[in-house]
Amino acid sequence: MRFQLIGVNHKSAPLEVRERLAISESRLPDTCRDLTAYPGIEEAMVISTCNRVEVIAHTVNGHADLRGFLHEHFHLKPEELDPHLYEFREKDAVRHVFRVASSLDSMVVGEAQILGQVKEAYATARAVGAVRGQLDQLFSRAFAVAKRVRTETAVGSSSVSIASVAVELAKKIFGSLHGKNVFIVGAGKMSELAARHLMAHGCASIFVANRTYERAIGLAQKFDGQAIKFEDLYATCDRADIVITSTGAPHAIFRREHGEQFLARRKNRPMFFIDIAVPRDVSPEMAKLDGIFTYDIDDLQQAVSSHVADRRKEAELAEAIIASEVERFEARLSTLDVVPTIVSLQDHLETIRQAEIDRVRGRLGQMTPEQEIAVEALTRGIINKVMHTPITTLKSAARESEATTVVDVVRRLFNLQVKGKDGAAQPAAKKDEVGTRS
Amino acid sequence: MSLLWLRFALGCYFIGLVYAFVALSRTSDLFARIALHAASLGMVFHFVSLVEVFLSGQFVWASVHNGESLLAFISMTFFMVIYAIYKTTSPGVVVFPVVFFLTFVAAIDQQPVLLTVLVQRRGWLIAHIILIFTGYAALVLSFGASLLYLLQERRLKSKKPTSLISFLPALEVIDQIGYRSLLLGFPFMTLGLLTGSVVALTTYGRVNFLDPKILLSVLMWAVYMIMVFTRWNSGWRGRRAAILASFAFVAALAAWAANYFSTMHRFAS
Repeated sequence: MRFQLIGVNHKSAPLEVRERLAISESRLPDTCRDLTAYPGIEEAMVISTCNRVEVIAHTVNGHADLRGFLHEHFHLKPEELDPHLYEFREKDAVRHVFRVASSLDSMVVGEAQILGQVKEAYATARAVGAVRGQLDQLFSRAFAVAKRVRTETAVGSSSVSIASVAVELAKKIFGSLHGKNVFIVGAGKMSELAARHLMAHGCASIFVANRTYERAIGLAQKFDGQAIKFEDLYATCDRADIVITSTGAPHAIFRREHGEQFLARRKNRPMFFIDIAVPRDVSPEMAKLDGIFTYDIDDLQQAVSSHVADRRKEAELAEAIIASEVERFEARLSTLDVVPTIVSLQDHLETIRQAEIDRVRGRLGQMTPEQEIAVEALTRGIINKVMHTPITTLKSAARESEATTVVDVVRRLFNLQVKGKDGAAQPAAKKDEVGTRS
Repeated sequence: MSLLWLRFALGCYFIGLVYAFVALSRTSDLFARIALHAASLGMVFHFVSLVEVFLSGQFVWASVHNGESLLAFISMTFFMVIYAIYKTTSPGVVVFPVVFFLTFVAAIDQQPVLLTVLVQRRGWLIAHIILIFTGYAALVLSFGASLLYLLQERRLKSKKPTSLISFLPALEVIDQIGYRSLLLGFPFMTLGLLTGSVVALTTYGRVNFLDPKILLSVLMWAVYMIMVFTRWNSGWRGRRAAILASFAFVAALAAWAANYFSTMHRFAS
């Protein structure tokens, strides 16, 4: 296991640094190629998102100069970059990759986007041949771990964006949103987004009021809604169950007396005001009325962050899953490390066995089929018995740090030639066979 | 025997009672399921107990304790119907303690107070008991719903989404449960009082409105009517509705307690 990872993320580096390291999608294949051509690197890939830029490599000897690569590639001086870099090796690199894919290292823990981004980065690197054996295994496992974390913990379950928090709150008030009416006051991007979320959850119709009537019409058309003249706002607002307001007005446009009017006309059916304007559009006095629920931008943000706190609890569970997965992956990978040696040991002894049988066959004369079977069984039995201990030792050593030494000793003792990766069509196929047999 | 079944039922309802207290401080789906199953099992025992009372030959529902048992059973039925429609166990927070209390009182001993005066119209009496108890059960539920409404309203107004009482259904769902119970209960209560009057008239030839039981029942009915009216007319919810509901509930409790000292209603004069 010679994984090495280097990078920056939202915690280690400010936006200005991350901006300079960001690699566009179109340049990603070339960067991967450059990486694999860099001394000491066998396989490599790059994850570049708005919150992180990371290079993950499988190296020849575990000590590739990834920092040097970054300095050269981005034309950055060490003093500019190095203070923001983090670097992980071997097991720690595996853990980091698992955490990133499972969205535990994200700015908003549990957000689902990162997994898609990692998958894209993996596909790109794979397409240019920069990801083959080891990294392939690492990322296949990382995707499985991410799935496990998502299904076994609630880390990704609560919604986080302000718009979806607004929807969730609306549901706490109204239960189902089917048939509810939404009123947008002040046509802004954010209120449009919130309205879109509400409509997606079943709200029936939308009214839009804006100081500029034309903009109200434009937005209303987007939702098949109805534009309302701003001066008719108070007369029509009670038709809405949910009001999203984001005007640039310097004073509150909804005051207590308006709330009282609305409630009287609505026979006290509750109303939900989502006030995303700064300064606020809804006076705090209005929120004191029974049946009027007001959430301003700070309340919404607080709701978002309390979700984040919930996720943190779940994240602890997820960390435990990841820790056990790292162990499993390491064990599996190191077993795979000794597999070529086991295969060539088996091949080696089998060749000897066959040669010896052929050699004595002349002296034994004509054998009956039963004798043939007996000789086969005898020789095979001896070989298996002889091989049993070395193979068990190799497999158990694979899980320890002494693996390399043991593999080396066995190879020397039996004078084994383990083929390299490039000419490895034959051993690779056998490797799988052994893998499934053991 | 009926008392034994009732005590089994009481054991099951006890789990519901514990759930009601736990649910106030934390949410547990598992515990809600356990409480639901325990309550269902309790209802089976309870039903057997009621059937035995009915089959015992004497018409003993008119005893206060059996009445309490019947009322508890009807309340549980309401709870289950609501669960079937809204998939929420939260009304249990109010219903379970009330049901437990009623069953507990009923399960203490066999009550000696029986019909001592021959009631002229037996069918009317049965109708009176069932109607009025359905009305009571609906009232208990709408009272419970109005309390839960207040809790949920507070919670939403406090703007702390992770506060303790997170098991509550949406505000409008609670409101619907309360309103539907209210609407359903009112005609039952009205008809129950009317049938009761018919029974009293035929038995005594008059209705003594100064009898505490009757006075309190009429008062309860009046509050009930005000609740239905204000809700229908101006959509009273939340605090005002809860105050009215509490008032009606207290009146109902008082009317119930009057069983113990009313001369007329005990049919013991």
